Amino acid sequence: MLEFPLWRKLLLWGVTLFFALAALPTIFGQGHIRWPDALPNPTVNLGLDLAGGSHILLEADPSQVAATRLENMEESVRNAMRNADPRINIGDVSTRGGRLSFMVQDVSDVDRAREELLPIINGTGTVREWDLEVVDQTRFVLTQTAQGADQAVSSAMESATEVVRKRIDLLGTREPTIIRQGDDRIVVQVPGLEDPEALKELLGQTAQLEFKLVDYEALPTEVQAGIAPPGSEIFPFAEGSEQPGGQIAVRRLGGISGENLIGADLGFDPETNEAVVNIEFDGEGGRRFAKLSSENIGRQFAIILDDQVISAPVFESAIIGGSARISGGQNGFSTEEASNLAIQLESGSLPVDLAIVEERTVGPDLGADSIRKGMLAILIGSVAVIALMIASYGRFGVYATAALVFNVAMILGIMAIMNSTLTLPGLAGFVLTIGAAVDANVLINERIREERKRGRRVIAAVETGYKEASRAIYDANITNFIAGALLLGFGSGPVRGFAIVLIVGLATSVFTAVFLTRMWVAGWLRKARPTDIVL
Amino acid sequence: MKLLKLVPDDTNIKFLRWATPFYIFSCLIIAASWFLVWQNGLNYGVDFAGGQEIRATFVGEAQAPISELRQNVSQLETVSDPVIQRFGEDNQVSIRVKLPPEAEGNPEFANQMTEQITEVMRENHPDVRIDGVDSVSGKVSGEFRNDAVLALIAAMVAVALYIWVRFEWQFGVGALFALFHDVSLALGMFALFQLEFSLQIIAAILAIIGYSLNDTIVVYDRIRENLKKYRKMPLPELLDLSVNETLARTVMTSLTLALALIPLLIFGPESLFGLTAAIFLGLVVGTYSSVYMAAPMLIWMGVNSDSFIPQESVADKQERIAREANRI
Repeated sequence: MLEFPLWRKLLLWGVTLFFALAALPTIFGQGHIRWPDALPNPTVNLGLDLAGGSHILLEADPSQVAATRLENMEESVRNAMRNADPRINIGDVSTRGGRLSFMVQDVSDVDRAREELLPIINGTGTVREWDLEVVDQTRFVLTQTAQGADQAVSSAMESATEVVRKRIDLLGTREPTIIRQGDDRIVVQVPGLEDPEALKELLGQTAQLEFKLVDYEALPTEVQAGIAPPGSEIFPFAEGSEQPGGQIAVRRLGGISGENLIGADLGFDPETNEAVVNIEFDGEGGRRFAKLSSENIGRQFAIILDDQVISAPVFESAIIGGSARISGGQNGFSTEEASNLAIQLESGSLPVDLAIVEERTVGPDLGADSIRKGMLAILIGSVAVIALMIASYGRFGVYATAALVFNVAMILGIMAIMNSTLTLPGLAGFVLTIGAAVDANVLINERIREERKRGRRVIAAVETGYKEASRAIYDANITNFIAGALLLGFGSGPVRGFAIVLIVGLATSVFTAVFLTRMWVAGWLRKARPTDIVL
Repeated sequence: MKLLKLVPDDTNIKFLRWATPFYIFSCLIIAASWFLVWQNGLNYGVDFAGGQEIRATFVGEAQAPISELRQNVSQLETVSDPVIQRFGEDNQVSIRVKLPPEAEGNPEFANQMTEQITEVMRENHPDVRIDGVDSVSGKVSGEFRNDAVLALIAAMVAVALYIWVRFEWQFGVGALFALFHDVSLALGMFALFQLEFSLQIIAAILAIIGYSLNDTIVVYDRIRENLKKYRKMPLPELLDLSVNETLARTVMTSLTLALALIPLLIFGPESLFGLTAAIFLGLVVGTYSSVYMAAPMLIWMGVNSDSFIPQESVADKQERIAREANRI
């Protein structure tokens, strides 16, 4: 018991001080003390519920990806058949039931059609993306393979994550976290956010921009009834546009899509001083825009964003040079609206709609208030626990108290090194740890008392106390660890923060309450050689 | 210096004398708890029911306009049965709305409700400060529910297995029953008082499981020790002895934990109250169950002093008999 070789002392102190010192930057905070730059500067991050900020979980609808893919396939098939030499006539095209089916009008073309289709259905990757079947001699049925569908969702999510990241970066917030989660989700965490509404607005929009010519042949009554003439399609006017609630028919083909867009930013109309969005096309987009505008001077076109018409102005003159300006229609854009639109266009369009399925936002004031109240509670609790320990166990209580202090510092230090996050439930975890950490010392000290009562001499009693109590201490902490690990595995967000503190606290409390106090007690016994102890 | 001793030396309380009545009492309470859970249901918070909760402060106003809010919010088309309460200071409120059945198929429903309610508040009170927003869709809340149930069951089974391995199977069963008792009572309490049941409460219950086991293991450890030491002592007497010997520790630990938790209940942040209260409940229930549920179980499961004596294997026995035979 009294034998404590030097290497063991050095090891114990080394481990203790290493982790306890790592807590210093967190305890004093950056800026309050001069922390040398050369030293590592680990700090515990504050969770969004303490620091304030937003946690948003976005979810994509995989069936939408499949539907878009089906649409694109239809387009590819039509193009392939049209470009075949000689042209292959097809008809009765349908995309119902998640399958693309069509009929080749001339039976003699069937083999040729199959040949044209093969490169399309095999895709670019290693997996086959479509199954091809010919029924009733002339009907082709294309079905998406499961692997193909998975791959499509996966790549859509990958680019969606990039788009989300770009949009948030353009918003100019500090240190956002954007992580893909599972097959079809994206987690967005933005600390210290002033306006969560603006963020949500940005994330929700796909931002698919299109310029299409208005179909002058469509009859107004039919358009209002939602019937589009052949070759046209109908879009509703957006809220805040010149005809909210109205609809307009536009030519399906011959427009320009946002794919040719290379930049967008907020600007102001020099005459009206209204907020506008300046957009810039790449070379091809610029040429097409110049052609479209010069051929249609005096005619109306529609600016369509996410399938809603935001404005339907008239080409006043040919727009050459590859840049254009979008104004907000009748009511104009507010500066925020224009800036949001610019960010959305700049970041590109989302390949899939994202729904906000979970949002947790905490204002910075509430977070600060929680920290203050939590710290006060921890302080009062610690003082009460320490007073009880010292009153009950005297010198041994002082050792236990010192162990407790090192314990708390070590938890913070380890959390800082692991770069983990302290959440509001994590504060509760601290309190639980403080209450439970002294348990090991209570077990040991009570056992020493018992052994003394049974007549053992001081050193033997202390030795037996530590030895006999350790078994229960280990068993109890391991079971607690199991519960904590499951909490970490199944928990989410702030609750995981509770689990982390709990788990780290278990390890450090065994270390400090058993090993450290033992070293101190041994040191004292060796020096003082007491024949009786007050316990 | 005279030290504080909460439990006098040589206590000899006949705990086990009351084992049977307490067992009956506890089984009734467990049944009542499950009946309450079945009858009243748990008051699922936003985490588990889906829906939204907004906490807001009406800056510069003495009182939050609760009745006005109730009227305005109820008039929203998407909102049904909002729960509007004071939360914290006089000018702070919490507005909770659960997902209606029509939210199915619209994952953004909760989020849209939040936006509308915020807008209504801002309309009449431009200075309102939104302190916190939680909005959870039906699918996500369903996943939280599944995960929570899984975590609770997995935790109970895993720790019972551990105790079985470290002690004997009877101890594992006893601990499992004590845990079942604690978790049932916690759930019953939440069903009875219709306290909000959230993810944080799952964390609290897992903490209760951990703590209750702490107590159980300390008592079990002493029982195992005494079983080896006093081979002739009748089991009920031995259990009483073990509980009495560890009583000082039990009281001390419960007290220190209570001392740490009570300030958190009184001074801690409002949003931690549920979590702390649940852990506090577990502290009381867990201590009781270790003494009255986990220990007496051992009598009925037939633990005896031979439980921890290594059994002689058949091969060893044959070898010994052969050796003894040779000696003769």
